[in-house]
Parts: sequence; C-alpha cells; structure tokens
Amino acid sequence: MSLIEIAGLHKSFGSTEVLRGIDLAVASGEVVAIIGRSGSGKSTLLRCINGLESVDAGDITVAGEALGTGEARLRALRLKVGMIFQQFNLFPHKTAGQNVMLARQVVRGSPRAEAEALARRMLDRVGLGAKFDAYPAQLSGGQQQRVAIARALAMEPLALLCDEVTSALDPELVGEVLGVVRELAAEGMTLIMVTHEMAFAREVCDRVVFMHEGRVHEIGPPAEIFAEPRTPELRAFVARGH
Amino acid sequence: MTQFTFVDILTNLLWASRWTVLLSLAAFAGGGLLALGLLFAAIGRARWPGRLARLYVEIFQGTPLLMQLFLAFFGLGLLGIDVSPWLAACAALILWSAAFLVEIWRGCVMAIGRGQWEASAALGMGYAAQMRHVVLPQALRLAVPPTVGFSVQVVKGTALTSIIGFLELTKAGTVLSNASFQPFTVFGLVALIYFALCFPLSVGARRLERKLNVAH
Repeated sequence: MSLIEIAGLHKSFGSTEVLRGIDLAVASGEVVAIIGRSGSGKSTLLRCINGLESVDAGDITVAGEALGTGEARLRALRLKVGMIFQQFNLFPHKTAGQNVMLARQVVRGSPRAEAEALARRMLDRVGLGAKFDAYPAQLSGGQQQRVAIARALAMEPLALLCDEVTSALDPELVGEVLGVVRELAAEGMTLIMVTHEMAFAREVCDRVVFMHEGRVHEIGPPAEIFAEPRTPELRAFVARGH
Repeated sequence: MTQFTFVDILTNLLWASRWTVLLSLAAFAGGGLLALGLLFAAIGRARWPGRLARLYVEIFQGTPLLMQLFLAFFGLGLLGIDVSPWLAACAALILWSAAFLVEIWRGCVMAIGRGQWEASAALGMGYAAQMRHVVLPQALRLAVPPTVGFSVQVVKGTALTSIIGFLELTKAGTVLSNASFQPFTVFGLVALIYFALCFPLSVGARRLERKLNVAH
C-alpha cells in the first residue's frame, strides 16, 4: 500500500488554476523528485501534502488517513509528514539545539532531558553535533539547512517533503546538504523533493515526476525520464540542462 | 507682594514634576496592560474581538487627547460621577496610550515572517504554541525600542492634563508664571525639565535598538 496517495488534486489561487488534477502515489521508503519549470505547480503540490495550502478538490491520504480541514487533523497529519523549506526558516531566537528540541517538547510533550538527548542525536546525524549552542545567525546557510533537517527528523515523521532545499545556498554549500539528504534516502526515509538538482535527482531518486502546467506530465524512473523523454515539453526541459 | 527667586521657581517646578512622572508611569503601565489585552483581540483569529480592538484604536487615535481628557473630566461629571483631575487624567492617558501601544505591538507581530509561521505549523504546533514559543518572543524583541520611544510621547502628553486643573509640571509653570511675572524663566525651566525627563528615554530607545539589531 502507498504511504502517500494523491487523487484528483485541484488547487487555484484566485482565477489561476495551479494544480489541475494530480494523481500520485508514493510508497513507503520511496524517493521521488518533482521537477518542472517554475510555475508548474511543484511547490504548491508539496505544500498541499502537509496542509500549508488548502485543497480545492481531490483527496490526499497519508498512511491511510485522509487530509482533513480542522486544525487538529492538520496537526495530526503534520506529525507524519515533515517539511524542509528553501529558506530554512529556523527560529532565529533559539539555538540550533533549541530549534530541534522545541516541537518535541511542545507538541510531543517530551521531557526536557529526553528532547535534548534526541536533539543531540539528530544534530550528530546531520554532522552538527558541535553546533548545539550556536544561533542560526552564527551558522552558514548549509549548516542552517542541516539544522532544519535535524529539526524535522526529531519529530520522527514517516515522510519528508523537501521544497528546493538547496536553492537558497551558495554553490559550495549545496553538497553538504545533498549529502545529508542522500544519507536519509539510503536509510529508507520516504522523500518527496522539489529540486533543480538534476544530477542529484538522477542519482538518488527512485522515480521522477515531471510537472507541466499543473499536471503530472511524465513520471518514471530517472533513467527513462532523463534519457528517453516521451513528450516534447520534457525533452525541451531536459535539453535546457536543468 | 512676594518676590520669587530663581531657586523658589525651580524647587516648585521640580516638586510639581513628580506628578508628571507619576502620571506618566501610571499611564504607561496601565496603557501597557490594556494594550496587551487589546493585542490578543487584534491578532487573534476570532473576528469580533479583532473588530472591536480596531474600532478602539480608530477612536482613540482619531480624536485629540485633549478631547479625551475633557470627556473624562467634564463628561463623567455631567453624569453625576465626581472625578478628581488625577483620576480623569489617569483614565484618559491610559486609554490613549493603549491605543498607540497596541498598534506598535501589532506591527511587531505582523513583522514576523510567514516562514516562521509555516515552519512551526509544519512541526505540528498549534496557534497558541506558535504564538508563545515562536512569534511573540521575536516580536517582543522588535517591540522594545519603539515602545520605549513611545514613552516620550506619554511624558509630553501629560502636559495636556494641566488644562483640566491637574497640578503637574505645566500647570505649576502656569501658576508660577502668573505669580512671578517671569514667564520666560518659568517656561524655559519647564521645557528643560521635560527635556531632562525625555532625553534619557530617547537615548535609551536608540541604544536598545542598536543592541537588539546586533543580537539579531
């Protein structure tokens, strides 16, 4: 059975229809890359999956439970699906360690000592065990993004959504973040990532989704998608060397 | 006829300025508390409390403080409630400063970026937890300099209460000037005392601003 199932998903902003009927199923442990031109609805799709955007029509099911509209149901959903943002969005008034601990304490009700031990383990996992007491402003972009990954992992989600997680980084910092994502993939974490890193998508992902004008235009294993694009749109996209 | 020496004038003014200080403190503390209540109505999700808070702000920012003082003093008097100038001054200044503080603070809450809301929501936090742990601590930091800056306005605002007969610094100045026939000396000193009260506040606001900016 699929971990995440999306059926007939529609979403408009005003009169602009951004998602025009998306069907997608992601199995547990699968790593899926979503590619496409800007404005094709990639990020919106991702944001719908954890309820940051409301859905106009269609169903999203995570681990057998349908996405509801009430705040309690949304919160339950978000505990299953973590999210990492392009702009990191760390809490600037808290240290790296506190960033990772906060939701654990506030949402899961973990005692302080337990949350701290977990936060140290998670920061170790992304190679930042030594930065527990550093504030976000004292960290590089790559380090901040790794803290954001640790923060999401601390909630022990079933899947992680990555929204262009390297797009705001200087080129020399991209590698360290992708390294962490690669490790997560190897450990069997379910990942859905919107990305512009085509080489990475080709190497790490099980399936690639090409979105075009609010629809899933092509879908398949990276070898097929990149080597034998079937539609002219994907051919053009791949040829431009994204 | 009594002769007023410079020292007489100065000591009398300084003695009266304690009421200016007390009134400022009361207005600022009371206004702050009221503003805090209004703030939660203004930024909360419930529609009606938000509207009422906005109406409150519109009314008290949209009418002169002097009118508010008159209404508090004479208006309540007309209703048969006997109010002392001190009580009327306090009430009007508290209501007035709350209207400005709540707008300052609301602006600080609004200044916290959408990303902070989304990141905390994505971690499963509810509205109350987001406010308490993520948004308000950051907004508080932003709010300190403009809040201290506004306290200068409160100190100067107390001067208007002289008109309803509250014997603070400005009223004492008027009385002394009438009795001593030295208006320039008297009001020069009054101005200097106001400046001595306000200057440290504005310097403090600037310092805090710099300090909090660096820490950010």
